[in-house]
Amino acid sequence: MIYSKKVLKHFLHPKFFGKIKNADGIGKAGNPLCGDLMELYLKIDKKTKKIKDIKFQTTGCCAAIASSDMICEVVKGKTIKGALKVKFEDIIKKLGKLPPVKVHCSILATQALKSAIENYKKKL
Amino acid sequence: MAKRIYLDYASTTPIDPKVFRTLLPFLKDNFGNPSSVHYFGQKAQVAMDIAREKIAKFLGCSSEEIVFTGSATEANNLIIKGLTSYFLPQTSNFRPHIITSQIEHKAVLEPCKALGEKGVEITYLPVNDQGLIQISRLAKKIKENTVLVSTMYANNEIGVIQPIVEIGKLLKNINRIKEKSKVQKTYFHTDAVQAINWLDCKVERLGVDLLTLSGHKIYGPKGIGALYIKKGTPIEAQIRGGGQEQGLRSGTENVSAIVGLGAAIAKVKSQKSKVKSIRRLRNKLIKETLRNIPDVKLNTPLQNSLPNIVNFSFKGAEGEAIVIALDQEGICVSTGSACAAKSLEPSHVLLALGLSEEEAHTSVRFSLGRYTTEKEINYVLKVLPEVIAKLRKISGYL
Repeated sequence: MIYSKKVLKHFLHPKFFGKIKNADGIGKAGNPLCGDLMELYLKIDKKTKKIKDIKFQTTGCCAAIASSDMICEVVKGKTIKGALKVKFEDIIKKLGKLPPVKVHCSILATQALKSAIENYKKKL
Repeated sequence: MAKRIYLDYASTTPIDPKVFRTLLPFLKDNFGNPSSVHYFGQKAQVAMDIAREKIAKFLGCSSEEIVFTGSATEANNLIIKGLTSYFLPQTSNFRPHIITSQIEHKAVLEPCKALGEKGVEITYLPVNDQGLIQISRLAKKIKENTVLVSTMYANNEIGVIQPIVEIGKLLKNINRIKEKSKVQKTYFHTDAVQAINWLDCKVERLGVDLLTLSGHKIYGPKGIGALYIKKGTPIEAQIRGGGQEQGLRSGTENVSAIVGLGAAIAKVKSQKSKVKSIRRLRNKLIKETLRNIPDVKLNTPLQNSLPNIVNFSFKGAEGEAIVIALDQEGICVSTGSACAAKSLEPSHVLLALGLSEEEAHTSVRFSLGRYTTEKEINYVLKVLPEVIAKLRKISGYL
């Protein structure tokens, strides 16, 4: 099997897809040329700096969509400091495994998160 | 999910039951090595001769002009490398030139690329937005040192049919002039792997010197390819050993697969009556898809394509994601070509047509075959819009 059951589950039934209106931070990663484009939306609690809500919109392969959903699941409820500590390897581990050519999808997910947090910080 | 629906016949076909029955004894009881002179060997030899004759009859050539290989890829490698290496040592200032197209299968492009890196001159001919090679453009590229023109008969990703007869005529005329001025002839090769099931493949009419075909695309076994090599065409062997296949492809012949290929090609003609119904089903798939799903791009030219292939781009949904989502619904299709599944590159064929990388990444190929039914197409038409809508929701494409 090229994809694990866990990857397929997150691809077929993602929980975090969508957009957040008036998001506190918006991040992007990837480019249409490589076929993957991710957007992450954050809602952050002003006092605790915790990620209250997170959503994604992704055009991409199965691995890209599953990685997007997984990073949302992993960082929701974490402080932004804690969220920035999440590495792409953590996403892969949580997904079971990713084929070698698809590892970059998990990297894109961490990049999108970083970009969203930077965007949030800029707005402060 | 009741049953899986296979719409990936351009990747490979299931073996025909009769073909299977015909080849089976050559895996067991008739196990002889065709090079052996005893009973078992000769039994295998005779069966192989019969298969060779069947292929020769299908192509309208003599059976001495058929060479078996381990795959169509190997066949393409053999003629591209074999012809070039024949010309390489000629004189130090002769640099062979090969012309091929930008939309060839990797089995042609990659050996050309490798030769190009070794100093052979390679021209990759562009195609128009329908995927067609333009004869006038090709004519301008042929030079004194052009030893080979290699263009596929029908494309595996979009199904476009190349004007092989016209290219054959062009080369005949050019070679007439070349002969008068004592200049090296330009040989003509076509990879006909996708064409065999559907198109006239008589080599005389096509005007080709070399033609490649494969077993597993025509309801025969995998691991077997065949080459038509017109008598007198200089090819240097790439695999040397016991001298089988007239010294062009050493190695004990894959007798059962050869017998299977012969049986499969003999059955192609009897299936020609199905062309119409398959074309009708494909056209229904096209028409309804374009009607029911917004922002779909049809990448297959309707008028000039194989009856069984259609390639679409669905904006806002990535090709592999569509394939996997459809697979979950029991529908088996592919993005561009099956081989491309190993790479992240967008299809070189679609890029050559002028599609953007973005459009190329959203493409899916459906290829119908002998066992495709209307019920199956109806099921696809029901499921496909739902799958596309869902992926577009995830991508935020509206």
